[in-house]
Amino acid sequence: MKVCMFHLMPYRDLPADFERRYKSAFIDPVWFDVADSEKVGQYYNWTLDELLHAAKVGFHGLCTNQHHQNVYGFMANPSLMGAVLAKATNGQNIAIIQLGSTLPSTTPPTRIAEEYAMLDCISGGRLVAGFPTGLPTDAVISNAVVPIEQRERYREALALVTKAWSAREIFAWNGKHYQMGMVNLWPRPIQQPHPPIWIPGSGISATAEYVVGLDHCFCHLSYYGAKNATTVTDRYWELAASKGRDDNPYRLSFLQLIGVADSDAEAEDIYGPHAEYFFHKLLYTPPYYQQIPGCLEYPALRQALTHNPRAEVKLGELKAKDLYERGFVMVGSARTVREQLMEYVKRLRVGHLLSLLHFGSMPTELCKRNIDLFAREVLPHLSPIWDDKYEDRWWPQKLRAKRPAAAEMAVAS
Amino acid sequence: MVAPEARKLRLWQGRIETEVEIAGNGPALIYWHGPWGLNPDRGFVARLAGTHTVYAPRHPGTTPGDPEAVHALEGWLDLLVYYGELLDRLRLDEPAVFVGHSFGGLVAAELAAMAPKSAKKLVLIDPVGLWRDADPVRNWMVLSEAERRPSLFADPKSDAAQQFFAVPADANERLDVLTQFVWSQACTGKFVWPLPDRGLKRRIHRIAAPTLIVWGEADRIAAPVYAEEFAKRIAGAKIERIGKAGHLPHLERPEAVTKAVSEFLVS
Repeated sequence: MKVCMFHLMPYRDLPADFERRYKSAFIDPVWFDVADSEKVGQYYNWTLDELLHAAKVGFHGLCTNQHHQNVYGFMANPSLMGAVLAKATNGQNIAIIQLGSTLPSTTPPTRIAEEYAMLDCISGGRLVAGFPTGLPTDAVISNAVVPIEQRERYREALALVTKAWSAREIFAWNGKHYQMGMVNLWPRPIQQPHPPIWIPGSGISATAEYVVGLDHCFCHLSYYGAKNATTVTDRYWELAASKGRDDNPYRLSFLQLIGVADSDAEAEDIYGPHAEYFFHKLLYTPPYYQQIPGCLEYPALRQALTHNPRAEVKLGELKAKDLYERGFVMVGSARTVREQLMEYVKRLRVGHLLSLLHFGSMPTELCKRNIDLFAREVLPHLSPIWDDKYEDRWWPQKLRAKRPAAAEMAVAS
Repeated sequence: MVAPEARKLRLWQGRIETEVEIAGNGPALIYWHGPWGLNPDRGFVARLAGTHTVYAPRHPGTTPGDPEAVHALEGWLDLLVYYGELLDRLRLDEPAVFVGHSFGGLVAAELAAMAPKSAKKLVLIDPVGLWRDADPVRNWMVLSEAERRPSLFADPKSDAAQQFFAVPADANERLDVLTQFVWSQACTGKFVWPLPDRGLKRRIHRIAAPTLIVWGEADRIAAPVYAEEFAKRIAGAKIERIGKAGHLPHLERPEAVTKAVSEFLVS
């Protein structure tokens, strides 16, 4: 399997009373009341350093993402981060995973096609092209996309981008949302007809069906941990089977918050404040910002209303101990984390593990220690899973050659 | 009260099926509902039907059974031309009275500006459609549970407010009501996201119909100062302010609004 480092690039020094001052971590916090541009410059640099550190110690891929107007993560243009990572990792066996630019809020979306093509060229064909639809707060509020049009814009934009990457002739695009008279993209990606495409979704919905239909990789980006993911992943595999797709685990990527230390007790202790910071401050978002009328298409809306009222988890009331017990955050010694991950990865059939090894207010030194311990004592045990039976068709072609196990261990140490 | 006739019209090259509720007797009056669907406005429509034949179309996509119809229209021009087609299809003998609330008020004003001879009189109840930087129109699609009632009603505890937000106990009815409530906002919001200014200010001077502007004095979605914004752009427009009413004065003070509208229509 492939093990990747995911980073949100959050604000790391929020005031202690943040969640009492604001109703939401998204949209509401006023920059000048909360944030400091000098500090944020430091965060961006730390984020890049942490990702590059993961590359150096043997991870398979580095993941960036796009969010806006919030304290939770604000790589407003992930291509900027990806460009640094692509350049700095040239010659290394590491994928640049953009997870990614938000199509519906970028006009024209060929801009993203160009940026991704640039990244693929700069990295020598190591790009994974991720295409999120965007959170409602991102696409609909921060970028003013019409809610009821978000998904149809997305689908049209993705069709335009993939055509623009591989078309041999100049073409005109006369779509519903985008009209372009002469499309002839410069540059084109090295990977033809297109780099591997990954599409994130938070549950099994129209998005998952769409992803399976197009034979792309589905990324279940949940913050509730592998322990709570079986319902979604089971349904995903049922869906894939029902559409005639095989059970190749590389069809699925999964995100997990992870903290490794020398012992379980130490891990529980040192990651506690950062886990609480993540769930109390950074994920602090009210439903009216994420459930804007139109963001769910009609069938999904009926489905959501049918299943309500679901038991809402009051994140603010959960202490670190609860977050560990519920499996939202996986912490422990390398052995503990390794055993849990090996079990869950197989149970969920995850091909790409996206490890969130920086979360919340974690300082850069601790993050790097987490990366080091994970790379040395967990990652080498995960890598061989699936490799004997399945090919990762959702990975850059030139990185698909199996890494020798010994080399893996050597890099990690 | 006689139940309204629900006439189904298939329009727009067959891609939109819409339901028009028709009630009452007398001169024709078209009523355009606001962002929350036609259902909450039925009581008010019945009052208008006391003196007029009221035609109340549901906005595209909000007719039960045809939610995807909204995708057949791609923008503001489409919506206005669509309503031109709907008016043609009603085959009215003479120009009708146009009445609209909130989003529906904007539609009524645009149609009266686009085809000035089609409207005999125009009544706008807390319409949206103009913009003042100093008094931004509140985004009604992004309101918390706690903000919703006080944002829409002068008295959040009033019967009108209770009724507006009432959810049936029966699970199926509940699903239908909630779906309709959310989807109606989605469909109307399609045309006015992220803020309800589609350029009416450039066209509003064309309105020729005698116009009444009704405004809830406690409107916290579109501040009452917008009444003047509309009035000063429409020749001869009159303003009627409704005390103890918010953005939905026709629900919160139906007698007062009906009286103002009736007096204006007979004048």
